[in-house]
Amino acid sequence: MNKFANLVLRDIRLAVRQGSAFTMTLSFFVVAVTLYPLGVGPELNILARIGPGVLWVGALLSCLLTLDRIFQADFEDGSLDQLMLGSLPVELMALAKIIAHWLTSVVPLILITPILAVSLNMPADGIWAMMLALLVGSPVLSLIGAVGAGLTVGMRRGGVLLSLLVLPLYIPVLIFGVAAVEAAIAVLPMGPHILLLAGFSLGALVVCPVAAAAALRLAVE
Amino acid sequence: MSLTATNLRCIRQDRLIFNGLGFSLKVGEILWVQGRNGAGKSSLLRMVAGLLKPALGEIKWNGISVKDDPDGFQDQFRYIGHQEALKPVLTARENLQFWADFSGNHDVSAALKEFDLEKIADSPVGIMSAGQKKRTNLARLISSPAPLWVLDEPVSSLDTHYIDLFKRQLEKHVAAGGMALLATHQDLNLPSSRKLDLDGTRGQNSE
Repeated sequence: MNKFANLVLRDIRLAVRQGSAFTMTLSFFVVAVTLYPLGVGPELNILARIGPGVLWVGALLSCLLTLDRIFQADFEDGSLDQLMLGSLPVELMALAKIIAHWLTSVVPLILITPILAVSLNMPADGIWAMMLALLVGSPVLSLIGAVGAGLTVGMRRGGVLLSLLVLPLYIPVLIFGVAAVEAAIAVLPMGPHILLLAGFSLGALVVCPVAAAAALRLAVE
Repeated sequence: MSLTATNLRCIRQDRLIFNGLGFSLKVGEILWVQGRNGAGKSSLLRMVAGLLKPALGEIKWNGISVKDDPDGFQDQFRYIGHQEALKPVLTARENLQFWADFSGNHDVSAALKEFDLEKIADSPVGIMSAGQKKRTNLARLISSPAPLWVLDEPVSSLDTHYIDLFKRQLEKHVAAGGMALLATHQDLNLPSSRKLDLDGTRGQNSE
């Protein structure tokens, strides 16, 4: 357990020291979302209508930017070999790196969402629902993403392939994530959607570390 | 303690690298793996470390196949690849501390001292020279000790002074009941070492 926490802390520390991870995804998210009002025009009704979808798609795409770094840097400098050889099971090693990715690359997106939501004319109820839906559903992004990252780790320019592998698998989260926010805005119960998102997260939590570990074992060969 | 390998076959991308390879290593011995580029030195070491599965044959630790008891073998060896496994933004001490925590907690400052790294221990690895990185990586052998050292090109980018220092560490380790499997291009002239020549171990169907 100690080793697990150590690995999570080390990845967080690396992300903080390098700095670029936080700022890159965050600024991409902000820029991508702000492009919509400019493109669609300042009509408040339309913006409020598309707001939840825009924020969710923005979050998915920003998350993609950092996915390949989950294992790539460790693969390139030989750390991955050493991590696989440690007494920590490879599945838990993968899970530790997934948690670190979620904390450093996805949580900042959730935190900045309210500001962007206001710029899209989202009502207050919708903003809270948006944050809740992201909090419950976004672990799936890191979890499924890690499987894709494990499969493409040995490839040069694996980034595009990674997107093609992972984005279709994000669709259920996108659908129910947006549905939860729209339900909250329409003052309908959003519980079922949130519970479904939680179900996706828990399911992915069980399956994805195992799949990512299998992919990594192939990658180091 | 002993490491034995019998009848190992290595196939990479449908190419036969070596076949029918066997060796044994006992306490107090150093086995020097030698061969041309592409003869499979690194592949052999990765097989011993369990990163690569042999196409045929088996590796035994104390007579028990490592496939049957991977956990029993896990803490018994330390693998140093030709990549440094160091993070440029962390200092040498932080890097070593992480690996020491990850593979058994031991004295990092002693390891830094043994490899003459004390002066540069607190500067980021990113600004270090190749030789300094190599020494930091080798210092893991002291901070996370294990009976079997599996070393891939341990002296590349070291100058003669530090090659001698490394040889002294290696001899000390072996004299204290350890063993080592190492692959280098140059002959280190180690008195207690045996040679394993990979040239000529290719199968007959080799291209």
